[in-house]
Amino acid sequence: MLYFSVPLGKLVRRVSRLRGGGSALPGLVVEKIDPGFMQRTLSTLPLGVAVVSGTNGKTTTTKMVVELLESQGLKVFTNRTGSNFTRGVAAALLGEVDWRGRLQADVAVLELDEAHAVHFVNRVPPRYSLLLNVLRDQLDRFGEIDKTAQLLEHIASKTTGTVVLNREDPRVARIADSLDGPEVLYFGLDDSLLSTFPNDDEMRAAPGSPVPPAPARPHADVVLRRVGPDDADFEYDGETVTTAMLLRGVYNIFNAAAALTLARAIPARAAADNAGLLAALSRVAPAFGRGESLVVDGLPLELVLVKNPSGFRLGLKSFPAAGYATMIAINDNYADGRDMSWLWDVEFDTLREGGVDQLTGSRAYDMALRLQYDDVAIGAVNTEIAPALAGFISGARDKPKRIFCTYTAMLAIRRELSKITTVEVVS
Amino acid sequence: MTPQSQPAGSGHELSFGHELPPLDSAEASKGTIRILQLYPRDMNIYGDWGNALVLAQRLRWHGYTPELLEYNVGDDFPSDVDLIVGGGGQDSGQLVIQDDLLARESTLRELAEDGTPMLVICGLYQLFGKFFKTRTGAVIPGIGILDVETHGTEERLIGNVSVSSPEFGTILGYENHSGQTTLGPGVAPLGATAKGTGNNSTSGQEGARYRNVVASYLHGSLLPKNPALADFLVRTAVERKYGSFTSGAPDDSYAALAREHAARRPR
Repeated sequence: MLYFSVPLGKLVRRVSRLRGGGSALPGLVVEKIDPGFMQRTLSTLPLGVAVVSGTNGKTTTTKMVVELLESQGLKVFTNRTGSNFTRGVAAALLGEVDWRGRLQADVAVLELDEAHAVHFVNRVPPRYSLLLNVLRDQLDRFGEIDKTAQLLEHIASKTTGTVVLNREDPRVARIADSLDGPEVLYFGLDDSLLSTFPNDDEMRAAPGSPVPPAPARPHADVVLRRVGPDDADFEYDGETVTTAMLLRGVYNIFNAAAALTLARAIPARAAADNAGLLAALSRVAPAFGRGESLVVDGLPLELVLVKNPSGFRLGLKSFPAAGYATMIAINDNYADGRDMSWLWDVEFDTLREGGVDQLTGSRAYDMALRLQYDDVAIGAVNTEIAPALAGFISGARDKPKRIFCTYTAMLAIRRELSKITTVEVVS
Repeated sequence: MTPQSQPAGSGHELSFGHELPPLDSAEASKGTIRILQLYPRDMNIYGDWGNALVLAQRLRWHGYTPELLEYNVGDDFPSDVDLIVGGGGQDSGQLVIQDDLLARESTLRELAEDGTPMLVICGLYQLFGKFFKTRTGAVIPGIGILDVETHGTEERLIGNVSVSSPEFGTILGYENHSGQTTLGPGVAPLGATAKGTGNNSTSGQEGARYRNVVASYLHGSLLPKNPALADFLVRTAVERKYGSFTSGAPDDSYAALAREHAARRPR
């Protein structure tokens, strides 16, 4: 059986790619006929497996960790965008192994959805885990925030080497108390930046008011000290370094501190090359839909993925509306979150001055209603994404554009945009 | 005093990020209505701000001045409250407020018996009932204003809901709860479920009604897409305070379209 599973899986992968879809199908096939495939293949990696999980920022952070490790000369296996389920990992592995099932890599860095990560770590205990945050995301999927925190705690408990935790998210930092095996490292924020990261408990704290730091926060391996318009300061090993950043949005840059902490914990072949790490960090471009900038009619068009209240608030804060035409696309499919309540926990006052040019998505009118109650002017509303996007672009030819969109709306928008501009192909 | 400001020294200053949009111009007000949010710090997990915002904005659109107050654990309970709104929380939030809520039982009961309009959603719906019995058998006492009891189950009831209400017509929302609530003879259901589950998996009913208290499992948030229900609470509060209510002309065209599209979404 073993001998057939990899060639068969690779064959299914080829066929399903020829048919133009189904990234998880080959993973499903190989999992069915050879349940040990994933565990066996990943266990051969000399530096083991690192799992990245949490509510917000998994994709960009995983991308950063991969590029940081590659700058240190390591060959890294990763699961590219979107397939952050166990089956997706198996499918991605099939693409990388040779026909005899061998994986040429030093380490695997895997982005895993919280709930699926639990199944994954039960089968493949990771050597490293990086736990980013626990925020309100799709409570209709996971039930409650505290339950999501328990999922992350389980990932940490299965980690054999080093667990990297967000010092500033109380539900994540607290996980350290339950661990007695793995080493614990933290990434953190300067006190002056704490108030820009409202967690869900502090959602109702006054804007700009200082969030009282928890008593005696532990030492953080990497601290984000300052965020500039196109650079940032990180402190580690007792020194503060300034680096240019292509990434935009303060939350992306905080996740850079997370990625640095994990990358520093994974031993490279030679001694860690700090200059190389920073140079790699400065070149990391946003993952698709995470503040990525496309060009339409010679002007930038930015896609900002929003999937929960804290992410939407941070998105509005990180990308000021002035000078931009704005569109918002809200779908309510499973991957978007189906309960529209979350829109009411976001304040849209920053859009009041310029208004919103176009609304779209299956819940475009829920969004319109939300904006009406915040006294934000609305241009056009069309639940169909293709005509809405065309109208948005033709109506604001002379302005840079920004689209806030939920996950499946973003996929649809990218498909439409690929007809008129260069969009990174995501496999 | 600006409409959303607080009486000086009341001890209930607004101290949270959510704020009412500023008024365009000073307009002649037909009166002031004091809206109290119950436990917004600990029970606000499903867009409950949306309900408070809709009540406040609709009061303005009808020509009245809203005054938003909040009551959190340990605060003094404000006087002269005209309208009360409370939301859902996670289990941990419910534990935090439980003792405080029991200590406020007589105050809240008096207000409810007196006809104060109230909207309680999800977690506070359960705690306004007689008790919540968890899956492990622990009994969390409620304040018993509503003749209902709730039992924790393994089953999580999740999805879009449509309710047919004799008072308010079709009510649309989204449910997400594992507690199942049974109504006693002292309350009426808010309505019959046409889509979704509602109070429990057998009765085909959603929510509870008692005097001017409306209790429901529905988020969405509930009031934005159900302006008839919002205006019942607003009208009742105004009539109780000023004897009569004269309505303004809120533009509910987006609400109508949002309802139309929401009703077409799958369970």
